[in-house]
Amino acid sequence: MAEHDKHGTFDEVTGKHTTGHEWDGIEELNTPLPRWWVLTFYACIIWSFAYWAVYPAWPLVQSYTTGWFNYSSRADVAVELAKLEAIRGDKMAALATAPLADIEKDPGMLAMARARGKAVFGDNCAACHGTGAAGSKGFPNLNDDDWLWGGTLEQIEQTIKYGARSGHAEAHEGQMLAFGQSGTLNKDEIVTVANYVRSLSGLSTRPGVDVAAGGKIFAENCTVCHGDEAKGNPDLGAPNLTDRIWLYGSDEATIIETVTNGRAGVMPAWIDRLDPGTIKAMAVYVHSLGGGK
Amino acid sequence: MNQALTSKRITIGEGGMIALFTVMAALCVLGVIKAQDSAFAFHAAIGAAISAWAVFAIITRFSSRPAARPPQEINGVPNYNFGPVKFCSFMAMFWGIAGFSVGLYIALELAFPGLNVAQWVNFGRLRPLHTSAVVFAFGGNVLLATSFYVVQKTSRVRLAGDLAPWFVVIGYNVFILIAGTGYLLGVTQSKEYAEPEWYADALLTVVWVTYLLVFLMTLVKRKEPHIFVANWFYLAFIITIAVLHLGNNPAVPVSWFGSKSYIAWGGVQDAMFQWWYGHNAVGFFLTAGFLAIMYYFIPKRAERPIYSYRLSIIHFWALIFLYIWAGPHHLHYTALPDWTQTLGMTFSIMLWMPSWGGMINGLMTLSGAWDKLRTDPVLRMLVVSVAFYGMSTFEGPMMAIKVVNSLSHYTDWTVGHVHSGALGWVGFVSFGALYCLVPWVWNRKQLYSLKLVNWHFWIATLGIVLYISAMWVSGILQGLMWRAYTSLGFLEYSFIESVEAMHPFYIIRAAGGGLFLCGALIMAYNLWMTVRTGESSETQPSVALQAAE
Repeated sequence: MAEHDKHGTFDEVTGKHTTGHEWDGIEELNTPLPRWWVLTFYACIIWSFAYWAVYPAWPLVQSYTTGWFNYSSRADVAVELAKLEAIRGDKMAALATAPLADIEKDPGMLAMARARGKAVFGDNCAACHGTGAAGSKGFPNLNDDDWLWGGTLEQIEQTIKYGARSGHAEAHEGQMLAFGQSGTLNKDEIVTVANYVRSLSGLSTRPGVDVAAGGKIFAENCTVCHGDEAKGNPDLGAPNLTDRIWLYGSDEATIIETVTNGRAGVMPAWIDRLDPGTIKAMAVYVHSLGGGK
Repeated sequence: MNQALTSKRITIGEGGMIALFTVMAALCVLGVIKAQDSAFAFHAAIGAAISAWAVFAIITRFSSRPAARPPQEINGVPNYNFGPVKFCSFMAMFWGIAGFSVGLYIALELAFPGLNVAQWVNFGRLRPLHTSAVVFAFGGNVLLATSFYVVQKTSRVRLAGDLAPWFVVIGYNVFILIAGTGYLLGVTQSKEYAEPEWYADALLTVVWVTYLLVFLMTLVKRKEPHIFVANWFYLAFIITIAVLHLGNNPAVPVSWFGSKSYIAWGGVQDAMFQWWYGHNAVGFFLTAGFLAIMYYFIPKRAERPIYSYRLSIIHFWALIFLYIWAGPHHLHYTALPDWTQTLGMTFSIMLWMPSWGGMINGLMTLSGAWDKLRTDPVLRMLVVSVAFYGMSTFEGPMMAIKVVNSLSHYTDWTVGHVHSGALGWVGFVSFGALYCLVPWVWNRKQLYSLKLVNWHFWIATLGIVLYISAMWVSGILQGLMWRAYTSLGFLEYSFIESVEAMHPFYIIRAAGGGLFLCGALIMAYNLWMTVRTGESSETQPSVALQAAE
């Protein structure tokens, strides 16, 4: 770049002149606006004006310009929901009124209940029971045939509606007592009975522990709820201790912890959060996972 | 010399500052005594300690300084004040590495939730620490450093004020310290990108107004007939951030001695104010401010004239006018009225070309200098930043379109979009500027190693590509999973299933972030070695005067 004229310096590379100003060695070329840039900018502006004409756009004193399409996002949502109801059809309505026992007999209604149940389960139950309903420590697996509060359709519906120890008046009550904390059993007795409980499922016992004495302690303290044969009692939520299915764990330390401090896991009541048709669908879904009775 | 005979007098500025900080120290001690909560007591103690140190530092500086104030010029050359520039360059690098590290940790927390080991390092507290550290601490210090450098060089005058620039740069970093430690202690007003509580906001207000005054007064006494384009952008950034900060943060403290306050706005108005602020923090902090950097450092490094003066004027004013309206696109399909959403969307569309004006001016400035990209990794970094800028400013308006937004909103796509802008544009243009600035202000002939810059460039670029492509895939996957219905009319996936599906992408994202952090560590080493061992430049007269801090 050399030759000066009234337009500033001539730039050989671009064939343009500079504006004639310079800051710390930086100059600016006098290039016109790129044509495509200007045209695209105008197109965006024109498109916006057109959009304002057909959609709600500008505030007025009391209301706003509604536009030719008379669009409203609330109306849109109503349309979308109506479409969904149409897809679900009369099967969904039938589900709400059908007796619980009849749902599994009608393949169409069963499919509907399972689909509904799965969707609701994922957003309400999966947080504790897991997406596959396989549960985890303290949260029962719903795929097996071991049920704390009973595995018939009615029992499952009852549990979903009112929960366990949920604070609802109708909720399942009854809990594993804290035999150690209350002083009912001393530490040695607890170790002994814990090993007896392990032996019920054929698990190894600690050498030197008198398992027979454990059976005696069990008979005096535990059979009231867990039953003479330790098969459990669904009315009290007392688990079957012979089926090798463990809610909190089968190792000696965990069983000692359970006997010492007791257990009282909570299942919330859903009756005030989900409508009766949905609860019914969920009962059918859980019942059909594999272990329903 | 005449000046030597002048008797040494304390200036009004020095006296005023000593009085101000004495009062501040006393107030902070009162705050410690009467504090309603331990976080406030902790912050008041920090305030008291820093105020006392400031009084001490100003007195020490006075006793060791010559009687005459620093001259405006030495032998006809402006006596530039690069002390605050150096300070901010250093702080930028420090906060950058801190912010990138926290970002990596929270990315890992998302992939492996077990890393939420204690309340102080839970995702909810570290996330604002990450965003504030990278945007306000790293980005803010880069903007302070470059604006104080560029305004002096392009106006050919010494920075206005004596203690004021130091008050700005130290005060700003104290604000960052108060805000950041507050997040860890659980102090937040729960407004995204505006989390600091009322007392930190008040400090920032004072600092920011001083920043505006220093910048304006330097422009006022400029020796150039016209104001350079970068300075328009800096000025727009400083003024608008002041307006946004004041508009979004009016709050009523529960107690003058407690950390909790309540925002004056409520409901949908609060949401509207929040995203008017949030979007324009992107627009004026992360766009206008960094465009200013681009307008100085690219032509300077490429040694080419800026492509088009007219384009710079038109796109500047179009950007300023249109950006401020676009905030409602953050609130599509919410309680915000339909008409407000329409305006937010259409103004975002109209904003596309004004944003691209900056990209055209940045890229086309390379005409006649494209060959330098092969040999100069610093210039390559600057140019690639403009390419990322172009990509993000196309993606942004596209995501503001309501139908696109109905898929992208609340998904990782938003996170990917933000990071293509943050890592690619803001990060790279800042790195490029710091690689130029450090040798200039420390009077070094060149960087310690261009080879390391090259490594930084490729490692960080790979990191960005991993990051944003992982987030595109996971974001679109999320959006599609959330809206999928079965043939019976029920949701196909539960929310938790969509969370599970994100896991591999979260790991890839963390790997990308890790690479970006590695690049920054290489950079910090390179800059450190440049300052420590670099050969002093003979061509530039050593005129930088360090203040006594």
